[in-house]
Order: sequence, then structure tokens, then C-alpha cells
Amino acid sequence: MAAAESGKGSSWKGRLAWYFPTMAIAVGVVVLWEVLVVIFDIQQFLLPKPSAIFSEFWQQVELWLAPDERSILFESSGATFWEAFGGFIIGCGSGILVALITSRWTIVSEATMPFAIAANSVPIIAFAPIMNNWFGITNPASKMAIVAIIVFFPTMINTVRGLTLVDAEELELMRSYAAKPADIMLKLRIPNALPYIFSALRVASALSLIGAVVAEFFGGPRATLGVYITQEASAFDFAKAWAAIMMASIIGIAFYLVVLYLERRLMPWHVSFREGG
Amino acid sequence: MGAETRDIVISARDINKVFNPGSDEEVIALKDINLEIEAGEFISLIGPSGCGKSTLMRLIGDLLQPSSGELLVNGKRPQQARLDRDYGMVFQAATLYEWRSVIKNVQLPLEVMGYSSDERRELALAMLDMVELGDFAEHYPWQLSGGMQQRVSIARALAFDPSVLLMDEPFGALDEFTRERMNLELLNIWRQTGKTIIFVTHSIAEAVFLSNRIVVMSPRPGRITEIVSNSLPYPRDFNTRVDPAYVELVARVRDLLRDAHEVE
Repeated sequence: MAAAESGKGSSWKGRLAWYFPTMAIAVGVVVLWEVLVVIFDIQQFLLPKPSAIFSEFWQQVELWLAPDERSILFESSGATFWEAFGGFIIGCGSGILVALITSRWTIVSEATMPFAIAANSVPIIAFAPIMNNWFGITNPASKMAIVAIIVFFPTMINTVRGLTLVDAEELELMRSYAAKPADIMLKLRIPNALPYIFSALRVASALSLIGAVVAEFFGGPRATLGVYITQEASAFDFAKAWAAIMMASIIGIAFYLVVLYLERRLMPWHVSFREGG
Repeated sequence: MGAETRDIVISARDINKVFNPGSDEEVIALKDINLEIEAGEFISLIGPSGCGKSTLMRLIGDLLQPSSGELLVNGKRPQQARLDRDYGMVFQAATLYEWRSVIKNVQLPLEVMGYSSDERRELALAMLDMVELGDFAEHYPWQLSGGMQQRVSIARALAFDPSVLLMDEPFGALDEFTRERMNLELLNIWRQTGKTIIFVTHSIAEAVFLSNRIVVMSPRPGRITEIVSNSLPYPRDFNTRVDPAYVELVARVRDLLRDAHEVE
């Protein structure tokens, strides 16, 4: 019983019991959606039935699996994922790097933080048309650039926080060892920053996909999710548009789960992963 | 080597410490502190909050610098003593690094100080055996009780064999039973290692039970009221706490602390 409550039971029965309410809600919402669309006879351009969306999605899966067919949806998803992923790596990587460099000099990081926090509140997606001009509308680099800028600031801000918000006594301990700055960085500040960095990466994984899709709304190659959704929507093929939205959601969730998995692997000590914690 | 002359490990002469001098928030934390501590002594600093006992310990450990006066540790300035790794420190919180296993925590100072990995492992295991946590080497700090965490912290402080152990209310967060057991263990460790221990506490019973001498301090400004010698014989154990001489000393220290309060 305790295992079922904590959700960390080793038996699959315990896990199933833990996930059951979530699954039940998901199934319930989909069924309710279907029923409401049928009862109120909602026009398909307002809201298609889930069954129509699923069957469209399944059709695309079949096309994708067939050896001599092409699925535009899957090609689009692949292209958009690479834009998001590329931007994520560039943006988060440089965010962490800049934080590591600036935190070396407290004055520099204190001087740059207000700008970073201000920049973080700017709707960076508004620069998408500018990036299209800079890199070319069909060049994936224009979307990667937007994603990179969007994820850069939260990653940098969180990393700086993690590197600087170190327990005073944990620092005094290092001081009492007459530790070199490099040791303090490697053995104290960076491990201390890991939970902050990962919480930024989790947010960034979701932001990167949002950024890529929305940037594509401003124009991009035919085979990308944002363009696909706008085109199918304006062609009144709403089941197709919704299938693409579903695809974007699946990728977003999968991306998030991968980051979560890495977090658990890299910081097994952390309070959020403790047994029964 | 004269039998009667022991080495002076810490010598403080006319030490003053003022925080925020010249501003509205000026605080005289310590005033005219004179104190000599011999090698192998167990000294307690006791007094109410704000009496500067922790500040004095931090001055000795070079975590703070005195405003005036002369402070020598092993005949050196505190900074030099710190650079020579003469101090082991134990705080009220165990301050274990939560991302390191118990043995890795004990190895931390050894890593920083460039010991080889064989030496690190050997020394850390020896220290963990001393605090009777050999079986918990691969555990993580959160898996240990508060008392066990503090024992790891002591093992870590002693791993690199510093001559002085500075302890800032190390058992202040523990329950009474655990605290009394830790006191016994600390006396054992002290006897095994012969370290000079400077122990900050606000428990009169603890100070009397543990130390050779008790430095009673009073607040605003922080001064030494009196240094009480404690000749209760070692080894001390649970019976010590019912010894009339012990009870008398506890009463004496309590009176001194009360007098210091009434002066205000």
C-alpha cells in the first residue's frame, strides 16, 4: 500500500495503481470531447472529433512506415525537432558557458544579471521575422537562432544562481582547506548548480519546441510543423492540423522526459528523487 | 623537552573585533580578549547569544580578521596557519556535500590537498572506523541521522590530521540523548588523537563535561568574564554527570553566566 502511495513501488501492479488516475483522466477527457462534439454537432473547423484526429494521425504513421510512401507530417516533425534541438543545444550550452565565465568575477555577473533578467521578459519570438531576414526564411538557422535566444536567458540566469547561491558554511569549509578557486568551482559551485541548471533545462526543453513552431508561423520551409499547421488550417483540413498539434505535443513531452531522465542519472542524490521522499 | 612547559597553540592578546566600524550599525563583537591555549587542551567557549564566542572561533580559524590585537596560531598568523592546513572545522550543521557519498565527503579535504587516491581511501576509511561509521561509507548524507551526519563531519575535519579542531556548536541541533552520546564519543576521539579542541557551545552541561577549561563570555561587548579550570579526571563517563564536583562546576558556570547577564 505504501508502495502504491509513493509511486515508487517495485511491482508493476503498484506502478499501475499509481498511474491509473492519470490515465483515467486522460481517457475521460478524450471521451467527453468526442461525446460533446457529437451531441452539440460542433463544426469540424471549430473542433474535430478526437477519433478523426487519431485516424488522420494513424494514416500518417502508416504512410511513414510504408517503404515507398512519404509522410509530410513526419518529415515536418523531424525538421522542426532538429531546429528545436539545435537551438536548445546552442542556447543552453552558451547560457551555461557564459554563466560559468561571468560567475568567475562576481562584479561581472552582478552587472550582467539585470540585463539577463530584463531580456528574459522580452517576447523574443517577436524577433522571428528579423531572424528570417538575417538567415533566410527557409534556412533552419533562422529558427535555431530564435530558439537559442529564447532558452539562453533562463539557462544563464539559473546557472548563475546555482553557482552563487552556495551555503556560506560549505564555502567556509573550502576556505579552511585553503582550496584553490578551481577546486571550489569544480567540487562545490558546479555540483551545487546542477539542480538549478536542470530545472532550467526542463523549462528550456518545452520552450525550444514552442519557439521553433511559432517561429515557423512567420514562414519557413514547407516540411516543418509550424508551416504544416498554418497551411492545413487555411485549407480547412483541421484533422490534419490537429494531428500535427498532437505530434508537436508528443515531441515536446518526449523531449522533456529525456531531460528528466538525464537529470535523474546525473544527480541521483537530489532530494526530489529520494525513495519515499 | 621540559615536562612542565607545554606548547602554546593559540595566543590571543588584546583582541578587538568591531563589525561595521564607524557606521550606525557598529557592533563591538569582542573587546580586549586575552587567551592562551596549550597543545592538547579541550577548551569550551560558552556564553549567551551575541557574546562573540563564534566570532572568536572564526578569528582563530581565519574566517574573520581581528580589528586590533595580536593573534597567533602555532606561532603563526591565522592566515598562515590556515594555508598550512592547521585547522579542522565542524559547524552546527554537518555541511556535508549532499552529492557526495559519506566516504567521498571525508575524502574532500584530501582531494583538495592533493593526496593520492590510495591515501585518500585509506585515511577516510580509518576516520570512518574511528567514528564507527565504517559500514556507511557508501551511503549518502540524507540516509543518515543527524548524529551520524555530525560524526561524518568530525571524521572529515580530522582526515588531514590538523593540529587544531574548531567546533562551532556541533551538537546544538541534536536531541539530548544523542548529544550526550556524541560528547562521550568526542572525548574518545580527543584521547585517541590528542588534538587541541576549541568548542563553542551554549550548553553548560556540555562545556563542563567535555573541557579542561571553560571560557565564560558575556555579551555587548563580548568579553571574557572568567576562565574556569575543570580538574575533573578523564576518562569521563555517564557517572561524571552525577559527581558532586561536576554538579558544583555546573552551578559555578551558571552563576557566572547569570552575573554577566545582570551586569547589563
